[in-house]
Amino acid sequence: KTRPPASLTNTPVLLPALPVSLVTSVFPATMALVAGPSQYGSLWPLPQKVHISDVSFKLSSSNFQITDAKESSAGPSCNLLQSAYRRYYEYVFVGPKNQKRGRDQPAGPSEVTELQVWITSPDSDCDSFPTESSDESYELSVDQPVAVLKAPKVWGALHGLETFSQLVYEDEFGAKTINSTVISDFPRFAHRGVLLDSSRHFIPVKVILANLETMAMNKFNIFHWHIVDDSSFPYLSQTFPQLSEKVRNRDGYRIRYFLRYRPNSIVPTEHRFTSFETVPFPSVFLRVWKSNPDIQKFMEQQGFGQDFTKLESFYIQRLLDIVTTTQKGYMIWQEVFDNGVKLKPDTVVHVWMDNGSDKEMAKVTAGGYTTILSAPWYLDYISIGQDWQKYYKVEPLNFNGTDDQKKLVIGGEACLWGEFVDATNLTPRLWPRACAVAERLWSAKEVTDTNDAFNRLAVHRCRLVERGIPAQPLYTSYCPREYKGI
Amino acid sequence: MAALPVFTVVLLALGFSRGFQHHFVEEEPELVAGPSQYGSLWPLPQKVHISDVSFKLSSSNFQITDAKESSAGPSCNLLQSAYRRYYEYVFVGPKNQKRGRDQPAGPSEVTELQVWITSPDSDCDSFPTESSDESYELSVDQPVAVLKAPKVWGALHGLETFSQLVYEDEFGAKTINSTVISDFPRFAHRGVLLDSSRHFIPVKVILANLETMAMNKFNIFHWHIVDDSSFPYLSQTFPQLSEKVRNRDGYRIRYFLRYRPNSIVPTEHRFTSFETVPRFGIPDVTFPPPPPNRKSNPDIQKFMEQQGFGQDFTKLESFYIQRLLDIVTTTQKGYMIWQEVFDNGVKLKPDTVVHVWMDNGSDKEMAKVTAGGYTTILSAPWYLDYISIGQDWQKYYKVEPLNFNGTDDQKKLVIGGEACLWGEFVDATNLTPRLWPRACAVAERLWSAKEVTDTNDAFNRLAVHRCRLVERGIPAQPLYTSYCPREYKGI
Repeated sequence: KTRPPASLTNTPVLLPALPVSLVTSVFPATMALVAGPSQYGSLWPLPQKVHISDVSFKLSSSNFQITDAKESSAGPSCNLLQSAYRRYYEYVFVGPKNQKRGRDQPAGPSEVTELQVWITSPDSDCDSFPTESSDESYELSVDQPVAVLKAPKVWGALHGLETFSQLVYEDEFGAKTINSTVISDFPRFAHRGVLLDSSRHFIPVKVILANLETMAMNKFNIFHWHIVDDSSFPYLSQTFPQLSEKVRNRDGYRIRYFLRYRPNSIVPTEHRFTSFETVPFPSVFLRVWKSNPDIQKFMEQQGFGQDFTKLESFYIQRLLDIVTTTQKGYMIWQEVFDNGVKLKPDTVVHVWMDNGSDKEMAKVTAGGYTTILSAPWYLDYISIGQDWQKYYKVEPLNFNGTDDQKKLVIGGEACLWGEFVDATNLTPRLWPRACAVAERLWSAKEVTDTNDAFNRLAVHRCRLVERGIPAQPLYTSYCPREYKGI
Repeated sequence: MAALPVFTVVLLALGFSRGFQHHFVEEEPELVAGPSQYGSLWPLPQKVHISDVSFKLSSSNFQITDAKESSAGPSCNLLQSAYRRYYEYVFVGPKNQKRGRDQPAGPSEVTELQVWITSPDSDCDSFPTESSDESYELSVDQPVAVLKAPKVWGALHGLETFSQLVYEDEFGAKTINSTVISDFPRFAHRGVLLDSSRHFIPVKVILANLETMAMNKFNIFHWHIVDDSSFPYLSQTFPQLSEKVRNRDGYRIRYFLRYRPNSIVPTEHRFTSFETVPRFGIPDVTFPPPPPNRKSNPDIQKFMEQQGFGQDFTKLESFYIQRLLDIVTTTQKGYMIWQEVFDNGVKLKPDTVVHVWMDNGSDKEMAKVTAGGYTTILSAPWYLDYISIGQDWQKYYKVEPLNFNGTDDQKKLVIGGEACLWGEFVDATNLTPRLWPRACAVAERLWSAKEVTDTNDAFNRLAVHRCRLVERGIPAQPLYTSYCPREYKGI
């Protein structure tokens, strides 16, 4: 005879009325999104040109491999590609691997057994570092028994591998399936970045690496690593060794090793722009400046009065002169431009101030400077609801300017400043919200249908979770494989 | 030597590039960081005096025991497992070397915490009620510290407080100061609402959050388990409620609450933290299945016509609730309602508890409800699903539940409140950092004295308390730019 749980003998029952009404009244915008499968499946970001047919094929983990095409200019010696093949094989066959097929059993009539990767350019770039003019394009043709991924350079192949993995889904019996597909793709903008801040809080290397992997899954190619600030200065620069005595090189090397030997489209990042902000900015010193008598005297001598922005510009100018001698290019935050510092013509200006950023974009490009935009994409500003939509709706070229001016906009960055962020909450705060920025920077300008985006992004988010990334939910939902951690 | 990239561009971080920071700092009051005289106690006890005299603790020479005179002993599993749990919490980190047998304890070493349940009936084998005694007294001295409490509930709270008094000196040695504490909660109902209907929440995550509630002296777990989106609960009293059985998980949670008891045990047995009734449904005598769209159901339309409700769905809702209340009354359970039921004039039993959750004019609502003679709990200002950048824990901390127009007798009807984390945008990927340490502000507001309002001191204690949660494996998010001695290592 079972004793009823004691909880039910003397406890009151809470009768809910309509707490859910909270939801209906507060989120009318959310209610408008109609959930349903997209014709583009779960591709994210959406390729420039994609056609997915109704014809489907199966894949078997015991009978599928990713190989180098005979004509490819990259082969077994290209570690970058070889390790990517292993990585994407794992991504495709998330979950239990299929039984080994008997030796006499041929592949089924509608089975894809091979993805051939064909680097078409004589110089695959496998042993190079990418530049801002690197070719990231690729073409993907999924057929049976062989699918073909063609790309001029390895960079496009890496992107194509991710896209291929996004085309695989499970049918109602759990069988890995892919439809006959033709894709032709390249990024709209060349600079597609994420800023992480490890100066305000310690971020374990493991967390940085996981987020780099996720950036690659979203075709980001720039990791902007904000590594120094008031709060900490853990970076030792080899070019500027006097910058800091505090060595955290071992972690720095781990990240660079990761980027190089487990390459993904982030390799470009590390070698394109120094994602490292290596110079302490004046506000580090501002409190010190205000109270330092030597500085006060210097400002008098220079005729700056009490105007610290003048001191700042003086400091920056000296800095730029020094950097120029090392023959590196540089990128500046917009205030340097705003304050009239003399800049080299190939300076890249980072527009981050949200107020009137369209006017700023117009001014900077009118001055002939290359520009990147992050103003509308400060992901540290959190709020309840599906805020990914507001990031998605940004159009970087929405400002008054000529076509030539607009050509100077090379991309943008999603920024997650670290005042309120560390390993406990970084990853869910960054994803999937940064995905909206990823698509805005990669896909065509006309790709603006938020409803279709929702349907693809919801599945893409579940895929991130499946791959072990705690990307937070878009809305009430469930994933086939939920996040198991805490 | 690292291959220095060829195409490197030096980003000159110039100016107030974290302009966010620039705007931001102006809006927030400057909190001055520094050690509090109350160490890292959270929530702050009613009466606490910490002296300058310090003692050491050694993991190989410290134990938590039952006092000789205690009415609870080795058979009280609730306490015995708590002793083991708090021993682990105190000695987080490497255990000390075993002392040689001939070495006595040092002159300033605490070797024992004696737990003395003073009431003849310790309550160890009972379930708590809303009038349970949660008070305790703690006296830390050497070689023995004494924790006295009328009932086991106070002892559980006292163990947590004791663990919060332990810190590490500059050499890493576990240290505790001579301290006298006398403590009890200001409000009897101190709850957290979790919503597992909008998203699946693994049991592991619920359990971890229950442990954290105990560390913050919450005593009510309000489990929102059914809603439009899912109905995973099988009630034994009302079995027709759902065909979908998730009993195994439900039993795991109850087992956890009972056999690994902490101050949450009260929760489970005080108010049914389970919301078992779907909000709305077709009119019928028995409990309806998950509601179809009421607006489109022709049977409902017809019924509303017959009853003379017109198109007013609140009338239908009230009818439904009234029938529900009548049914529930026959089972001799008490009940708690959301405020709309009161607002819509449904006939209520006098011992109904009303849950005030609507943020607009909640003070007026508190006045109305208590004027009607109903017991009340407040959650309106504590909807933690509303996130924003910055230290929003401060705004939760500054709430004063009794700030409304009413007599003292009315104010006595306010028995507490709940921090609510609704689940539309929350699941295992982000629940725990979103809940903690923000819910800690609510924990102190509901436990500590009304006069405990110094946000600066709170910041200094909460910053260390948060690091303690992280140390214990809970990914509580940071308050602000900071670091912990033992950072969170996960992803």
